[in-house]
Amino acid sequence: MRNKLLWPLIALVALLVLNLVFTPSFFALRIQDGHLFGSLVDILRNGAPTLLIALGMTLVIATRGIDLSVGAVAAIAGAVTCTHIAATGDAVGGMALALGLCAVLGLWNGFLVSVLGIQPIIATLVLMTAGRGIAMLVTEGQIVTVNNDVFRQVGAGFLVLPIAILISLAALAGVALLTRRTALGMLIEAVGVNPEASRLAGVRSRTMIWTVYVFSALCAGMAGLMIASNVNAADANNAGLWIEMDAILAVVIGGTSLAGGRYSLTGTLIGALVIQTLTTTVYTIGVPPETTLVFKAAVVIVVCLLQAPRITGTLRAPVPQKAGAV
Amino acid sequence: MTAPPLAPPREKKAHVPITARVPSRFLPVIATFVVFVLTFGAGSIRYDGFASGQVVANLFIDNAFLIVVAVGMTFVILTGGIDLSVGSVVALSTMIAAATLRAGWPPWLVILAVLATGSILGLGMGTMIHRFGVQPFIATLAGMFLARGLCFVISVESVSIKDGTFRDIALASIELPGEVTITYSVVIALIVVAVAAYVLHLTRFGRTVYAVGGSESSATLMGLRTGRIKVGVYVISGFCSALGGLLFSFYMLSGYSLHAVGLELDAIAAVVVGGTLLSGGVGYVVGSVFGVLVLGTVQTIISFEGTLSSWWTKIVIGVLLLAFIALQRLIVRRQPLK
Repeated sequence: MRNKLLWPLIALVALLVLNLVFTPSFFALRIQDGHLFGSLVDILRNGAPTLLIALGMTLVIATRGIDLSVGAVAAIAGAVTCTHIAATGDAVGGMALALGLCAVLGLWNGFLVSVLGIQPIIATLVLMTAGRGIAMLVTEGQIVTVNNDVFRQVGAGFLVLPIAILISLAALAGVALLTRRTALGMLIEAVGVNPEASRLAGVRSRTMIWTVYVFSALCAGMAGLMIASNVNAADANNAGLWIEMDAILAVVIGGTSLAGGRYSLTGTLIGALVIQTLTTTVYTIGVPPETTLVFKAAVVIVVCLLQAPRITGTLRAPVPQKAGAV
Repeated sequence: MTAPPLAPPREKKAHVPITARVPSRFLPVIATFVVFVLTFGAGSIRYDGFASGQVVANLFIDNAFLIVVAVGMTFVILTGGIDLSVGSVVALSTMIAAATLRAGWPPWLVILAVLATGSILGLGMGTMIHRFGVQPFIATLAGMFLARGLCFVISVESVSIKDGTFRDIALASIELPGEVTITYSVVIALIVVAVAAYVLHLTRFGRTVYAVGGSESSATLMGLRTGRIKVGVYVISGFCSALGGLLFSFYMLSGYSLHAVGLELDAIAAVVVGGTLLSGGVGYVVGSVFGVLVLGTVQTIISFEGTLSSWWTKIVIGVLLLAFIALQRLIVRRQPLK
């Protein structure tokens, strides 16, 4: 695992150093009105939704699954909350309603995967496609804007650090404690290696798989609240658009294999930070923003290639590879 | 390995006895065809003027690019892979076409450049997947970001196509009997389908594609060149996306970085609805064409309805996807294919 974290860490440090070279004040932090301000804080704040979704995604991927529906679920959560707030002014009730609905959506995904045995990528593709339609149905195709102090705190509030990143880090710490201090993490990995064998060994594979999809949907819902709260509006079309791809990339950059059976929460944290730092870097060093995607692609390709089994194998012990050997 | 009982006439030359043994393989394709007929029938009953030849022709005209992209996607999915980059490659193709035409390149060179770019991107992704063992999902996701990013690098604004040859091809129509007109894009799309069906069913390459999808290790042990196939299908998909992009630029007469956002999902949905298994090894190009037609009919019905909003399209496509996956599960459970 340590070896796998090396390249993403180097990438993160390299990005930060690059920033320092271009903007010497990059690491500067100042406290204003009891809030911590600075580029690093911005990275944390903007990266909070991705980190939270990547956290749920890590557990799903550990069971050899994938959850493509998280972006759509995030959009639904934002839509439901904002519509509820716009109608009644009750922020807490709206958020509870949204998270409850997300849990139901997670149950749905989990049902398709664990009970019907549909491939995760397709099972969640259904909700990815239909979910945005549902979100638009909720908002009736409009962008619902809200003005609610409680709700604003979720995405834009500060308790010295931005509340959003505190939520994400708390979730990360909670999952780390729960899965790494108990046998739960090992059981999840066991299900990822071989669901049938783990079932025969007494692991409740089905419940396990079901749970990770519900957890992933809840994370996505919470991230959707952060995104909506940050702009005080629910945009069914664009909220959380492609965030599933960012989250999956964060997980993969963090060294968790899509083949399942092994996961690294630290890796996911680093992966999410790499993705967000990359975006911020492009803005701060004055590269035209339209090239962000090219940079992202380049970093992803380089990190993935460096982690690829063939390359790491070659670097460790340079064995001549036969062309075309599988 | 094609579908003699239901395939359109151009397909009938392919007749391999193996099909007789596993008729249930055709069930998904037949189901897709039935769904297409049913949705179209429902539309015809509900709306006057729906059941006209021109509405069918329009289905092909509006979805010619999607048919071509879905054909490429079928190759990839048949090997058990996936290609998320197709939508971005379509956008990049429209962008390259528009930008190079504006720079005064001759049209044939533009077309060549676009097709070469798509194929090279596919080659790159295929190489990442095969040589370096990167998962298809991640490799093509990187390709998706790269292609979309390159669009933005070329231009953030929409670039319109003013070239005479391109406009001529785009606006020309072919009269068919019964006062039905189609565009050259439809002809190109149908040729692509025919060629793809030929390659899949009557060449060594095609048989190896099915073999790799069925079981890669068995295919390797049989001495088949699985590596060449695994890279090859991504090149084909890249080529088809680029060609789809050209058809799309005929259709829109502009190049824009935000063209075809989410097209990859439509293409995957069409292939799945068309009865191709995502685990690979089972499926037909004709099925994907029907898949595209079903999606197109749903869209047409929703636009005919008028009062229904566009988001219903997404919900209906989601439900259709679900229904077909459930159907496939039933078939696979009843007769294990592996």
